Amino acid sequence: MKKDRGDIELAGVCKSFDGVTNVVDGVNLRIADGAYCCFIGPSGCGKTTILRMIAGHEDPTAGEIVIGGQNVVGLAPVQRRTAMMFQSYALFPHLTVRENIAFALRVRGQSKADRLRAADAMIEKVRLTQFADRLPAQLSGGQQQRVALARAAITEPRVLLLDEPLSALDEQLRVQMRQELRRMQQELGITFIHVTHTQLEAIALADLVVVMEQGKIKQAGAARDVYAHPHDRYVAEFMGGQNVLSGRVEKVNGASFTLAQAAPSGIEVPLQARANVSVGDKVDIAVRRDDVALVRPGRDLPPGCTTSLPSRVLAIEYQGYFVKVMLDTVPDDEFVAYVPEKTFFADPFTVGDVVMATWATGSALPLA
Amino acid sequence: MQPSSSPAQTSPRANLAGWLYVSPLVLVLVPFFVAPILVVLAASFFATDGFGGLTPGFTLASYVEVLHSALTLKLYLATIKFTVLTWVFTLIIGFFVAYFLVFHVRNQLLAIGLFLLCTVPFWTSNIIRMISWIPLLGKEGLINQALLAVGVIHQPLEVLLFSDLAVVIAYVHQLTIFMIVPIFNSMARIDKKLIEAAIDAGASRFDIMRLIVVPMSKSGIALGTIFVVSIVMGDFFVVKVMSGGGSASVVSAFYEDVGVLQYPTAAASAVLLTLVLVAIVSLILRTVDIRQEITR
Repeated sequence: MKKDRGDIELAGVCKSFDGVTNVVDGVNLRIADGAYCCFIGPSGCGKTTILRMIAGHEDPTAGEIVIGGQNVVGLAPVQRRTAMMFQSYALFPHLTVRENIAFALRVRGQSKADRLRAADAMIEKVRLTQFADRLPAQLSGGQQQRVALARAAITEPRVLLLDEPLSALDEQLRVQMRQELRRMQQELGITFIHVTHTQLEAIALADLVVVMEQGKIKQAGAARDVYAHPHDRYVAEFMGGQNVLSGRVEKVNGASFTLAQAAPSGIEVPLQARANVSVGDKVDIAVRRDDVALVRPGRDLPPGCTTSLPSRVLAIEYQGYFVKVMLDTVPDDEFVAYVPEKTFFADPFTVGDVVMATWATGSALPLA
Repeated sequence: MQPSSSPAQTSPRANLAGWLYVSPLVLVLVPFFVAPILVVLAASFFATDGFGGLTPGFTLASYVEVLHSALTLKLYLATIKFTVLTWVFTLIIGFFVAYFLVFHVRNQLLAIGLFLLCTVPFWTSNIIRMISWIPLLGKEGLINQALLAVGVIHQPLEVLLFSDLAVVIAYVHQLTIFMIVPIFNSMARIDKKLIEAAIDAGASRFDIMRLIVVPMSKSGIALGTIFVVSIVMGDFFVVKVMSGGGSASVVSAFYEDVGVLQYPTAAASAVLLTLVLVAIVSLILRTVDIRQEITR
């Protein structure tokens, strides 16, 4: 069914609107054909600008954008065979659902019968048949989103670009539409590039997660890589689920080093990820919140744990299948333990309790 | 009836407040709009002694006279010709000026500046504006002299001034702003993302104009049309001055009637014209739901 490759390569792409600051600053990235790629970052990090440059609505100041082996800089969106789904959808308010979806075929000069048949097939695919003759204003947010998706997909693009597609929906609908996006992507078998600022959305959907900050890519990789093995403090904090601690290296012994902290014996960290550590360096480490175990003072540490940090419980939040325990372990950063519900309620803590926070030494991750 | 009348009875104070809210509008509309129309309507049914004296009564003689006169039809045709020509040119110019200001001028300050520039002709009086065409269009005017100098013509063109052409030129000059403003207003409310979405779908500039901009500026076009049509059809002064007395419009006829003290015929013509205009305006409103577009 699909003839053209939709793999994308960004090479040294820069964009500056004022000629002084680069909104996108030397981005290099390779996105495989048929991948679901999520760009994630805070607002103003340049993720939407990258999307618009791939779509052809913005020209890069420098660098190349290659789609399917062809440099597309300067080409119109139609020639790139990309389609964009706009934030808040940008549906034509004076056209019905069917006319909206058939619009691209209409301006390509397809006959009325042909384009309406194609539009109706697409309408069925996004399950909007009973709404085909309505105007966008008469649809709910989720239905509008499906119209926008259908309108973008009808031209059989090789790349579909989605600019914060779920941000206008409420929480429940967002989860539902998220699955629908993934289903559509698999059905169409084309590359999807999705811009979002919601971490959950990105890791739930993407084959490739690209974390951005101030126009630069901080880390790009599989969702699990980015979440479980963040590259640096920024990614760890942005993706969440990690406690980040910093300190100076006290001693290095072969396979691990020890971090000076407010702990009796320091923090032992395995060395595999960072070989070139020397005594006195300032280092950040990450410990997953669900790897942290809490032990009452004086009790034995679980096997494999060599570090224990005395802490006071600051707050407790019940989250259903786990309990979020906030601790004052480290002075400047927040330190949180996600304790499984059953473990927590076997011996519940209360605010103000003193506990020992500990984790298996192997699970501490030194950051760049 | 009974249940609905009880809340009205219990709150005379609220009722009074309601009347107070509308009173400013009523105070303006009744003496300046409703009363004159009623006077004209009444006068159209009165008889006259031929010397300006009116005899109260009810006769359709004036209407019969107006409707039977061959002149009436001729004048309506002439007026409609001016109206249609003026409408076409103001629409074309107004649409493209508004389009340029909204979609091509990126700098908003510049757009507002250019928009204000469109109002410059209104800084001077209507009469001056018409007179100022004479040095341009007249027999020894700039255009004739230029054409003679270039050698395109050997005799000065007489058709430029004091002709139907001059009437239409003056109307277009005067009324294009009434097209620009409402069309600009409705175009400015078109989300720029829609244009981008259309480009993304592969639409050409012409497609965008035809399929997105025109349909979405319909309410502005309709409002501008109402302004232009009602002003041209209700005018006699421009026709009189710019045609040099060679052409006449519906209103110039009843201006003449008033001049010879034929008040009831003048009133009957006025009522007729009002009805024609109401019909035209309601036709426009039927095609475009302005209310829905305005409250959008």
